[in-house]
Amino acid sequence: MSDYNFAYLDEQTKRMIRRAILKGLAVPGYQVPFASREMPMPYGWGTGGVQVSAATLTPDDTLKVIDQGADDTTNAVSIRKFFERTAGVATTEETAQASVIQTRHRIPEAELSEDQILVYQVPIPEPLRFLEPRETETRKMHALEEYGLMHVKLYEDISQHGDIATSYAYPVKVEDRYVMDPSPIPKFDNPKLEMAAIQLFGAGREQRIYALPPYTRVVSLDFEDFPFEATKAEHPCDLCGAEDSYLDEVILDDAGNRMFVCSDTDYCRSRRDVGHTGRLGEQAA
Amino acid sequence: MTRDDRKSAVPLLQVRNLAKQYGRRIGCRDVSFDLYPGEVMGIVGESGSGKSTLLNAMAGHHAPDRGEVVFDTRADGPRDTLKMSEPERRMLSRTDWAFVHQHAREGLRMSVSAGGNIGERLMAVGGRHYGDIRAQAADWLGRVEISESRIDDRPSAFSGGMQQRLQIARNLVTGPRLVFMDEPTGGLDVSVQARLLDLLRGLVREMGLSAIIVTHDLAVVRLLADRLMVMKDGDVVESGLTDQVLDDPQHAYTQLLVSSVLQV
Ligand SMILES: [Zn+2]
Repeated sequence: MSDYNFAYLDEQTKRMIRRAILKGLAVPGYQVPFASREMPMPYGWGTGGVQVSAATLTPDDTLKVIDQGADDTTNAVSIRKFFERTAGVATTEETAQASVIQTRHRIPEAELSEDQILVYQVPIPEPLRFLEPRETETRKMHALEEYGLMHVKLYEDISQHGDIATSYAYPVKVEDRYVMDPSPIPKFDNPKLEMAAIQLFGAGREQRIYALPPYTRVVSLDFEDFPFEATKAEHPCDLCGAEDSYLDEVILDDAGNRMFVCSDTDYCRSRRDVGHTGRLGEQAA
Repeated sequence: MTRDDRKSAVPLLQVRNLAKQYGRRIGCRDVSFDLYPGEVMGIVGESGSGKSTLLNAMAGHHAPDRGEVVFDTRADGPRDTLKMSEPERRMLSRTDWAFVHQHAREGLRMSVSAGGNIGERLMAVGGRHYGDIRAQAADWLGRVEISESRIDDRPSAFSGGMQQRLQIARNLVTGPRLVFMDEPTGGLDVSVQARLLDLLRGLVREMGLSAIIVTHDLAVVRLLADRLMVMKDGDVVESGLTDQVLDDPQHAYTQLLVSSVLQV
């Protein structure tokens, strides 16, 4: 640990990133450019989120890292170890115990509080990118609030699939101003974007940071006759019986047996710890 | 529109001393004219005459060196569009103005379905009912003689003539008050041109469109334009009612243009 500055990045870099974070909080949903640094991990591993976490952590913080809701994936484990080694901070798998949570592709099921910070790893921050590849033009569209194209995408969805097929990275409008990509969280998580905790979004390769202060108004885009729906698999969790959590489908054997389990592993375990059980709860436990 | 109507009406567009120079090359020089509601103005000339420069300067695509382009806005009456802020001008260009490009690819989103292309302007001004947007897109496909069954096809699967008709539908769906057209029939086969011209003439009459059409093709202005400006080397050398100018050209250059058409 003594080989590194606290949390790996030098103080000047962290100050630069903090300025970007503060600007992002001052203008919710606006993508702030920042000078992304080389990190000792590949881009796909959340270097944007790691830099934001590094600039956010203090020695007193307790860090939780999740990937698709799970604490035990390779990606989550390696980022958690990275900060254990470079910052010496305490780590946890319990959502309620963490002061900083870095996440990829999920929002924890348990409601977050005002003393928590949720840091997202973002692959592509620009929601307009897919229809307008020119960055000069997308910046102008944000500046002038020209967001008709976002609905063109939803229109195309409905005309091709009969419904809004976008189920991840579902675009939102922030405080009735900026259209924002919430990162590839399932649209089930979109309503949770209005929360008590601070939310910070870091895109390393794309060198953008954006943010949502506590209780920011976040509305999912839709049509009057095709309203937004925060859908999930129509099952309870097979392990803990939860009916309100986002589920992963797990193939059990070659015979095609499947089970549905909470993607948030901490949520599922804590429910089982207090006695909740699902269809396969006994066997699996 | 009769002469009496014109006296009482406020011009929809007043162009004053519009000039644009590219380096030492003159684009267009001190062009002035009025366009009244429901009028179609044709601008003819050879390539390099300055007609396209003039069109792009009026439409706000390129800033002119000097002059005024005063548009009778819905909210505030006549305003010089060149002095508007960029947001105001961009708002104008997707509501009350429309621009039909010579090459349909420049005016269409090739990766978006025909219905999405037509619906975009509706959504840009706040359309949020999918069923309504789709119904209007279907209606407009019919009006430009494209089968409704093609509504979910991408324009890349369309012929050149269909692409141009789709571009027109995409532009007219919000009922713009002024349409700029840059060689709308250029690059199309003669038979396809004729059909497009018929269609445009029908739409102009039916909707009472006000339009400015730049073309090198006198047949286009003969069919569509009430009035005509002839440009040469950046200057307007002759202007007047289309039939008068074409049947009795006064300027030697206009005479040459008309006679070269007659020889074809
Ligand atoms: Zn569970």
